[in-house]
Amino acid sequence: MEAVFLTFILMLSIFLGFELISKVPATLHTPLMSGANAISGITLVGALLSAGSAQGEMSGLLGAAAVAFATINVVGGYMVTDRMLAMFRKKDSGDAQ
Amino acid sequence: MNLDQGINGAYIIAALLFIFGLKMLGNPDTARRGNLYSSIGMLIAIVVTLLSEKILSFEWIIIAAIAGALVGAVSARLIAMTSMPEMVALFNGSGGIASLLVGWSAMYTPDNTPFTVFTIFMAILIGGVTFSGSLVAWGKLSEVMPSGAIVFGAQRFVNGVLLAALFYAGLMLCLEPSTSSPEFYAVLGLSLLFGIMVVIPVGGADMPVVISLLNSYSGLAACAAGFAINNIILIVAGALVGAAGLILTNIMCKAMNRTLSNVLFSGFGAVKTATKVEGEVKPIVADDAYLILESASNVTFVPGYGMAVAQAQHVVRELGELLEDNGCEVTYAIHPVAGRMPGHMNVLLAEANVPYDQLIEMDEINPRIENVDVAVVIGANDVVNPAAREDENSPIYGMPIINVDKARTVFVLKRSMASGFSGVDNPLFFGENTRMLFGDAKESISKVIAEFKS
Repeated sequence: MEAVFLTFILMLSIFLGFELISKVPATLHTPLMSGANAISGITLVGALLSAGSAQGEMSGLLGAAAVAFATINVVGGYMVTDRMLAMFRKKDSGDAQ
Repeated sequence: MNLDQGINGAYIIAALLFIFGLKMLGNPDTARRGNLYSSIGMLIAIVVTLLSEKILSFEWIIIAAIAGALVGAVSARLIAMTSMPEMVALFNGSGGIASLLVGWSAMYTPDNTPFTVFTIFMAILIGGVTFSGSLVAWGKLSEVMPSGAIVFGAQRFVNGVLLAALFYAGLMLCLEPSTSSPEFYAVLGLSLLFGIMVVIPVGGADMPVVISLLNSYSGLAACAAGFAINNIILIVAGALVGAAGLILTNIMCKAMNRTLSNVLFSGFGAVKTATKVEGEVKPIVADDAYLILESASNVTFVPGYGMAVAQAQHVVRELGELLEDNGCEVTYAIHPVAGRMPGHMNVLLAEANVPYDQLIEMDEINPRIENVDVAVVIGANDVVNPAAREDENSPIYGMPIINVDKARTVFVLKRSMASGFSGVDNPLFFGENTRMLFGDAKESISKVIAEFKS
């Protein structure tokens, strides 16, 4: 039952993702991509659980490595997206840097 | 309410913030706030996970998280905007390897069901492909390795065998889960190898497709890892990213009038050879270019990857402002696949302080291109190549292009008379109304600017 339930959630999430992104102006393609990439760093949650669950040395070590990589993804992804979006300005609105 | 329910409740809030964040990323006015919302969602998900009673030891987590955060923050701050495609590729790769490791670590859980082992297999497969594929993409983008398509005769056969071996090993693993069996190591190794094989036949000009596809994979890998450890937030967030990446990939493929499988499996230009075009090019010097621009009332810049290479975005913006002060209407026409990642040119021009409402899309400029006095092509080639419209033998035939050849005058800024990235001849260079401004794009434009100022 658990597997069916999770697959159901998967299906709905995919359709939601399609709907959310279908109309994005080309200007925002890069920030959208790097912003979405930062969200995929959610695997950090899984990494934390593996690293902390102490199911043996090897499992913990793999988990810790996963935490490091996923944190790079999350922190770097959000920061670089923010840096890019800060540069986008409308005509005559933002001041020149 | 027990702790577990509380955690899942917090996950729902995190998922909501991701959804709103993604939605807001689709509009320039709200994009920055959207990114902030989604990062708050991430913070909530991480904090409540740390509160979970499943986490017993924190030493390794703290060390690893600090190390990762430092690397991520420093590289995000220091990276030059021109190197953004490489950066995105590396971030994708680190997400992929993290999902692979989560899957690997989950193999050590006692009494995994065959379904769980199957999802672990998927997490390792997709995560591994994302990781090694992103590294190859990074290598091509940074030109550590040749950026062209690497194609060899038996490629499809080799890939087929590889995939069959992967699934055989995966099946064996599901039937008899083990972390030390040869099958398990085969799954690890073959997944990484397959990622390399998927990306090497893709040429540099097709990179926007690969980058967005790998972005999608990094989400799907997280999603598979979510199944492996029975975690809903991983499934939801991963699937959102996977779907978003697929949409973007599809937009890129459409912009080239090609199918995804065509991009992935046939090296660009490997099949057909274009009809040779011959003619006389008409060079122009900066002084004369200035005279024409000075009297123009409608100018469109068409940037391509060459602008990024020459770092010419700042001088282009300066010239654009001078033209505007001169009473000229200035726009920047951007092809969806110009550059090496989706939206590459937009980011560069935004960095140079060009307002985004001056950046217009291909479908918007083409109907009124006849009214453009001067179209200035800066380091773009394939995306303005009329052979895509006219020459059925051209490898890029059928790809929608910006019809600069229909503008009153076209300036093409080009280093020398070599053919473009895809090795396709460009009849635009021999056009009646085309003038070639040879030399480094940045220097050429600086000369025109100097004329304007004198």
